[in-house]
Amino acid sequence: MNNTTNPNDKPKIHRRRFLQVLVSIFGAIWSVLTLYPIYRYLKPKKNPLEEAQVNSVTVGDASSLPTNSGKNFQFGSVPGLVIHAEDNQFHAFDAICTHMGCTVQYRPDLKLIWCACHGGEYDPETGKNVAGPPPRPLTPFKVAIVQGKLVVSKG
Amino acid sequence: MEIKILEERIYHWLDERLGLAPLIEWSKHKMVPVHRHSFWYYMGGIALIFIITQIVTGMLLMVYYIPDLKSAHSSILNINSQIDFGWFIRSLHAWGANLLILALFFHFFSTYLMKAYRPPREITWWTGLYLMGLVLAFGFSGYLLPWDQVSFFATKVGMDTALRIPLIGHQISTLLIGGSTLSQETLSRFFTLHVVVFPFLLLPVLGIHLLLIQIHGTSAPPWFKKLPQPQQIYEKFFPNFILKDFMGWMVVLNILAILATIYPTGVGPEAQPFQPAPRGIKPEWYFLAPYQFLKLFPGNIGPFQGEQVAMLIMALVPLSVILIPFWDTGVSVKRSKIATYYGVFLILAFIILTIWGYFS
Repeated sequence: MNNTTNPNDKPKIHRRRFLQVLVSIFGAIWSVLTLYPIYRYLKPKKNPLEEAQVNSVTVGDASSLPTNSGKNFQFGSVPGLVIHAEDNQFHAFDAICTHMGCTVQYRPDLKLIWCACHGGEYDPETGKNVAGPPPRPLTPFKVAIVQGKLVVSKG
Repeated sequence: MEIKILEERIYHWLDERLGLAPLIEWSKHKMVPVHRHSFWYYMGGIALIFIITQIVTGMLLMVYYIPDLKSAHSSILNINSQIDFGWFIRSLHAWGANLLILALFFHFFSTYLMKAYRPPREITWWTGLYLMGLVLAFGFSGYLLPWDQVSFFATKVGMDTALRIPLIGHQISTLLIGGSTLSQETLSRFFTLHVVVFPFLLLPVLGIHLLLIQIHGTSAPPWFKKLPQPQQIYEKFFPNFILKDFMGWMVVLNILAILATIYPTGVGPEAQPFQPAPRGIKPEWYFLAPYQFLKLFPGNIGPFQGEQVAMLIMALVPLSVILIPFWDTGVSVKRSKIATYYGVFLILAFIILTIWGYFS
């Protein structure tokens, strides 16, 4: 008498539910199949500049860098900084500020390595973060003077 | 006489196909509350006209801009110095971006303080926040395109910020930069986002935002709704409010044109990735507050990195304004007051940090 008691109703609802689940599963699979190639397409290939293992670079004549001055240079894919410090030694560092990734410079007036972005300061002899927001010291490089030229290499 | 008949015929023809009659009937009843803070109702419309000018000037700039590492900077120089009115179009775009963001800040803070986020307008509120975030993303991505020194380091700092997002930060940063250092990949990606992806993400949601405003009507502040009926004054949207809207548009478009003419936008020296960040580098004014906030934190706070703590605190601001409609629904007077104080606190903090950042 009542439609809901009709025994034919139950399988009908089952079938609908089954199809709903099936469509959802296929939808999910389809989404992944669509998004995965897009992700792979956008994922960058290794930059040949980053791939090439640069272990040392010649920065220039040691004599061209007087005491209390610094010079920025390219070390492979990263910026580097070489300093002729007050202790009359040459020191070189990875010039990427450990705070927000700006490129640091040597400030002769402060006698410190300084970042223009947020005012971070580092010791020019050790690369230690001494003031401002940087959380870590700069990574040091090795400096050698070969036939009067400054040669910077990974430590 | 004949024109009138023609008009009627056209109207009849359109009405049959579009069903205009209910729309016209509805527009006759569209009302806007009139009170001492009605002025702020113009901010959304002003933001809208600036979005339109950004789209138009952006399309014009695209004709001459070249998203190539070696040509980007010189193509901007070309627009600025060689193309007739190029400097003007570019200045309109750069100034328009600033004024759009300024209008959005006013729009955001005024709707916040007038409690426009309360039910049933939560989705209007969220779409508005989405649009505001997107406009800031437009600003950030567009900033790199001239490929000058300042834009280079601004992007670097921004991407380093993205890197700090827990779990997915590295993926996001790599996908946006197209590697680990800013390069042609970065320029192409930012260009694509700025001119194609973001506009597509903006326009439909802008449509929803505007549609919801039509559905719910202009939000009246709570104190206005408590006034006795005769003191609740409304004006017609058509033609009263819309004509005043147009007048506001004329004023702000004139301001835009004057600013673009008197202070045309220049271009800094071309980015040199291995040179240090230039002295006196500062973000645009709308990022000065987070910039100053980031500077205040020392390198390490206990076991945590200072900038991570700073970023976590800053992330709470958007989160809190997203959730505010659930918390201050208009039932509790106490919560309403706290929400207002919080809004005033945010405005003051934003202004103080911005000025501080500017003079630091």
